[in-house]
Amino acid sequence: MSTTSTAKKRLLGTRGREFWRSLEELADDPEFEQVLHREFPEQAAVWPEGVDRRRFLQLTSASLALAGLAGCTRQPPEKIVPYVNQPEELIPGQPLYFASAFELDGYANGILVESHMGRPTKIEGNPDHPASLGATDLFAQAAILSVYDPDRSQAVRHLNRIRTWRAFVDDTRRGLNALNALGGARLRILTGPVTSPTLAAKLDEVLATYPQARWHQYSAAGRHSGSSGSRMAFGMEVATRYDFRQAKVVLSLDADFLNTGAAAVRYARDFMGGRQIRSVADSMNRLYVAEMTPSGTGAAADHRLPVPAGAFDQFTAALASALGIPEFSPPELDERLLSWVRVVARDLEAHRGACAVIAGAYCSPAVHALVHILNDRLGNNGRTVLHSDPIEARPVDQLQDLQTLVRDMSAGEVDALVVLAVNPVFDAPADLDFAAAMMKVSRRIHLGLHDDETAELCHWHVPQAHDLESWGDARAFDGTVTLRQPLIDPLYGGKCPLELLQLLLGDDGLSNREILERFWQQTASSTMSVAAWRKAVHDGFIRDSQKPPRAIETRPDAAAEVAVGLSATTDAAITVVFRPDPTIYDGRFANNGWLQECPKPLSKLTWDNAAIVGPALAARMGVANEQMVRLELEDRALELPIWIQPGQADRTLTLHLGHGRSRAGRVGTDTGFNAYSVRTSTALWRAPGARVTPLATTYPLATTQLHHNIAPVNLEGEEAEKRHLVRIASLETFRHHPEFAKHAGHAPTADVSLYPPYEYNGYAWGLSVDLGACTGCNACVLACQSENNIAVVGKDQVQMGREMHWIRIDRYFAGDLDDPQIHHQPVMCMHCEQAPCEVVCPVAATTHSSEGLNEMTYNRCVGTRYCSNNCPYKVRRFNFLKYSDYETPVLSLMRNPDVTVRFRGVMEKCTYCVQRINHARITAEKENRKISDGEIVTACQQVCPSEAIVFGDLNDPESEAVRRKSSSLDYGILEELSTKPRTTYLARVQNPNSALEAEKKA
Amino acid sequence: MKGKKRRESVSTTILAKVPVVEPGHTPATVTDQISSVVLTRTPKWWYAAFGASFLLVLLLMQAVTKLLVEGTGIWGLNVPVGWGFAIINFVWWIGIGHAGTLISAILLLLRQPWRTSINRFAEAMTLFAVACAGLFPLIHVGRPWLAYWLLPIPNTMDMWPQFRSPLIWDVFAVSTYATASLLFWYVGLIPDLATLRDRSISRVRKVVYGFFAMGWRGSARHWHNYESAYLLLAGLATPLVVSVHTIVSFDFAIGQIPGWHATIFPPYFVAGAIFAGFAMVITLAVPLRVIFRLQDFITLRHIQSMAKVMLATGLIVAYGYLTEIFMAFYSGNQYEEFMLLNRIQGPYRYHWYALLLCNVLAPQLMWIKRARTSPLIVFVVAMFVNVGMWLERFVIVVTSLHRDFMPSSWGMYHGTYWDWATFIGTIGLFLSLLFLFIRFLPMISMFEMRTILPESEDSQA
Repeated sequence: MSTTSTAKKRLLGTRGREFWRSLEELADDPEFEQVLHREFPEQAAVWPEGVDRRRFLQLTSASLALAGLAGCTRQPPEKIVPYVNQPEELIPGQPLYFASAFELDGYANGILVESHMGRPTKIEGNPDHPASLGATDLFAQAAILSVYDPDRSQAVRHLNRIRTWRAFVDDTRRGLNALNALGGARLRILTGPVTSPTLAAKLDEVLATYPQARWHQYSAAGRHSGSSGSRMAFGMEVATRYDFRQAKVVLSLDADFLNTGAAAVRYARDFMGGRQIRSVADSMNRLYVAEMTPSGTGAAADHRLPVPAGAFDQFTAALASALGIPEFSPPELDERLLSWVRVVARDLEAHRGACAVIAGAYCSPAVHALVHILNDRLGNNGRTVLHSDPIEARPVDQLQDLQTLVRDMSAGEVDALVVLAVNPVFDAPADLDFAAAMMKVSRRIHLGLHDDETAELCHWHVPQAHDLESWGDARAFDGTVTLRQPLIDPLYGGKCPLELLQLLLGDDGLSNREILERFWQQTASSTMSVAAWRKAVHDGFIRDSQKPPRAIETRPDAAAEVAVGLSATTDAAITVVFRPDPTIYDGRFANNGWLQECPKPLSKLTWDNAAIVGPALAARMGVANEQMVRLELEDRALELPIWIQPGQADRTLTLHLGHGRSRAGRVGTDTGFNAYSVRTSTALWRAPGARVTPLATTYPLATTQLHHNIAPVNLEGEEAEKRHLVRIASLETFRHHPEFAKHAGHAPTADVSLYPPYEYNGYAWGLSVDLGACTGCNACVLACQSENNIAVVGKDQVQMGREMHWIRIDRYFAGDLDDPQIHHQPVMCMHCEQAPCEVVCPVAATTHSSEGLNEMTYNRCVGTRYCSNNCPYKVRRFNFLKYSDYETPVLSLMRNPDVTVRFRGVMEKCTYCVQRINHARITAEKENRKISDGEIVTACQQVCPSEAIVFGDLNDPESEAVRRKSSSLDYGILEELSTKPRTTYLARVQNPNSALEAEKKA
Repeated sequence: MKGKKRRESVSTTILAKVPVVEPGHTPATVTDQISSVVLTRTPKWWYAAFGASFLLVLLLMQAVTKLLVEGTGIWGLNVPVGWGFAIINFVWWIGIGHAGTLISAILLLLRQPWRTSINRFAEAMTLFAVACAGLFPLIHVGRPWLAYWLLPIPNTMDMWPQFRSPLIWDVFAVSTYATASLLFWYVGLIPDLATLRDRSISRVRKVVYGFFAMGWRGSARHWHNYESAYLLLAGLATPLVVSVHTIVSFDFAIGQIPGWHATIFPPYFVAGAIFAGFAMVITLAVPLRVIFRLQDFITLRHIQSMAKVMLATGLIVAYGYLTEIFMAFYSGNQYEEFMLLNRIQGPYRYHWYALLLCNVLAPQLMWIKRARTSPLIVFVVAMFVNVGMWLERFVIVVTSLHRDFMPSSWGMYHGTYWDWATFIGTIGLFLSLLFLFIRFLPMISMFEMRTILPESEDSQA
């Protein structure tokens, strides 16, 4: 078949987003593919191996034919008709906001969803919700794309054939009734962790109806250790949360509490609130982080210590010993670690009741228990550390729970399995062989957003309604009941878990809304008035429903048990550390292009995972970046590329879970390498004794910073320091030299310009970024992508350096690469007063506005790229190809109607969310007043959990932006170029412990 | 002192001894020999050569089609490196296009009679090079169908171009240069077109040549008007030689990227352009004189003179490199320093080393008389310069951009298959036009050659 006709055929067959970019790919011709693969990667041979005459002519004719095929995007004819009866409050062009909830592994965060004409387009944090306070994490931001994911499962399937919902209902009910008649259906329900009171009640009802039924919970990235640790320390399930507002000194034991976990958004706000330095009079808290693999929290620390994963337990024992807990004796560890511990212990003791020790979710249960004991001894309980009844409806040891299920299934003791919105075939520990066990079950039902790995092996697959398409509830990290209301009818007719359970109860007449309302207004212990219910739905959560803190003491013999329970090794071999992926989590977000393309914090990798090792270990193994290695853990092996990560602890190899999916969808299938294949139930988070064999092959990875080689890392860091891009000082230095940030640069004093200065009689916009508050969490990157309709470009384009993010988080390593200083710097358009881009544009497509914005007029842009070349900050992004998806209808629903979708060949960049400015201006003008401070928040500012970003009017002396910019810490980057940036930074002030500083020097 | 004197005496003897036309020619033989190239049957090799070049034109068309269909992304460009092959090739071709006007106009005004045998095809080469160059700014933009927005055309949007942008100055500079070069070349052709009209046998040729000869009859009045027009055009074209590449250099010098932002750029670019132009004239002249047995007209003296110009401009270019290095350190500007160190030690260092070899070391051979009088060696050195000047633009464009102010945004740039296809395609276009030219037009100015014969009045004067 000729290239053209194949291409046409495939184009006809596409339903949604296809990341094709050239004929060859489209034609799916292996020979062409070869040409293609050689075409782009760096340093690959530039010439295709022999394009023969026929091929040459084919290509030429295909080019011409495709000019007609792909060259024009025809808009379907649309009729615009007014409403006959306009729905209440629905004004075209005016978005509405609804409170709802975003859930991850059962825990909720309160959100507000922006809705345009009934389409959810953007997620914001719910300012009243205790877990959000107006911000969200990156996953919540990306949920919008998940709703509209064209690859979502769209039909009920039975044995991979489309069936009706009715057929499923009839078949399931018949089957279960038949089993019930035979003495009770041995039904098993597998869910993720459940905090939802309604769902738990519904599950209880099901369990009551089917006496032989069991309910199991398992999440691959669940809080396994935390729950066992609390049982070890307290003898029961206890939920622990922290109040960082009260903490003067915080020690994190491998906890990335600022960036990951159900409470991260709140913790980041509370913790960073305690270190807002604007003037010399301000004081700040102190953060110590000891971690195995570098994290955003580690980067934000005043003292960060890489601790090898194999020695981590003993490191915590050293801490216990230094704090004088008699059951622990100082272990044999590197003196450097021990002296660090001693200093930190002294500092903690000096702040009894005003410090906090926090253990990472992936530490061993014993470390969690030890942390409870330490906080107890340090008098932190009830102050910085709050214990309460468990948040989960029925907390279990998830691993044990899953093992029980697998054992029962293997033994043939299960008649029917209902998998509710989890994907165990992909993410269960490899040694359990979940798939094989599951195949022994004669009736397998799967409910999920995608037709995924588990769906493939189930008899019935039911498409799940996305969280934003259904009613529900869940508790937040502190227990606050958060209500979830849908923003749109299920796009693909999905059902939610509540509805499926309702069906098992033999009643499919109730909608999920009715189920929820009934539960809260009738079943729940305190009956709710209709008014109170409405208020709760409006607010997005039930006020004062958090679990009250309780004084819970650790068991007296807990310390002795912990001392035994801590792993005794100070292992010399390589230990593998498993972590959920920083962007696609446990794999559930694999088909979300925004998250796949979001540069992972620190490594800046996109679209892949890798075996992350430190520079020292890499040197010993003799491996380079992108080199393939064979990683062996017991009898399991995985081949994947190396990524050398400065700051990674020695003898520690980090593997991120969630990649390597075989059935995720067009975006997520076959990205990266499946770390679950070597993860066993005996070593869920840490696997000692790994063997790593370097292989001769390489695998190209796509990063947005640092390309392919470790050497430039040093150079980048050094140059960044020389150029004073990131300015840092200790609190002490700052107090002695309050102007240090200003003095580091050479801002031109006079108005050195050929052109007269602009006059601003109205507003003059500006933005300030607090470097000290940034944790590199990427929420701003995702928020900007969602707000501004930024396209996803794909791995090959990222490899070529063409990612489109308008805001990027630069990270630099300084000092010893095995134990470096890590700095984050969010960079968006500087909106220079004397913008180098404006002068060189030949068609005046980028111009200065009367309010100081550097505006990009897409329609005028012809795409010379001169502006990007001349931009010293390199914040401009170019549509080298047609990156925006015009073909997939569902994606056009997702877009922000206030922002142009950019066509191929035009430049784009941060606009300071000009659509929000204009929205506020229109509102203010209608009310005949000025725009007040804080009325305009940019997308990045709104989402930032630690309030690092502030936007405002520089002509308003009272604005927060002006207040920040008048701090002596305020500086602009590359000011010596006389660009006069409107985006400026607050230098980072750290609060190091002088005792440790002295030791470092010694 | 002694050495210097000897060199002077050598050069004067050469100038005196080596004639610009080999002895034994009369106006009739000159006309016969040059016009016969056009008027005789097309040789078989011409079909082969033109066919091969035209295949490359097809490649160019394919590459441009793909570009228009898919976008600039088929090239290796990215965000730190927003300009790549297209701009490199543009500057390279424009540079090559300098020799023609320089030879025709400036040497005419300076009364250098040896220019006569090479000016016609040098001018043609200029036109074709400018045509190749002009293609790139058009296709390198993201939305080529809107490239006309760079022209100051009154329109309903009431939008003018942004006159502060050097790209706008480019539009004027290049289009002016192209127009002036075309006119100059065409006016110079008129008497010869008349000769061809008179000597053609076929009716079609008579009509076509006759049409373009504009009724030239060779009357004294014609000659009088013609001479003044030609001189005036030469006077007009002269400043253009300097202006075009000066303005092209502004594309970089006005930008603030370290490695671009330098006041040396205009003279350095002009010298580089002449350097490149002469190298290309040599590249074409040496094979042509052998193929068409024109050794009598394009003599060793021509080769030598051109080699000297190449050497002289090559030295200016080398001085430019030195100044760049000196200024980077003397300025005390850390970005400039880093840029230079990155050129020398960075990932593109081999491009820089190769550039020095081609543009600085290779031309030094031209100091040696034996090398300079050997067409083969001169040809090889010219080839080095052709490559070297392309590398120079690569170093300026890519090496400066790939690591500029923000270390976080550093990147790498590699030309893709389509980058190369487009570049090689324009070489095909250039060669195709050239083959058409030598087939259908006299590649040496017949009437001017007649004036420099020993028997002519001019040469005796």
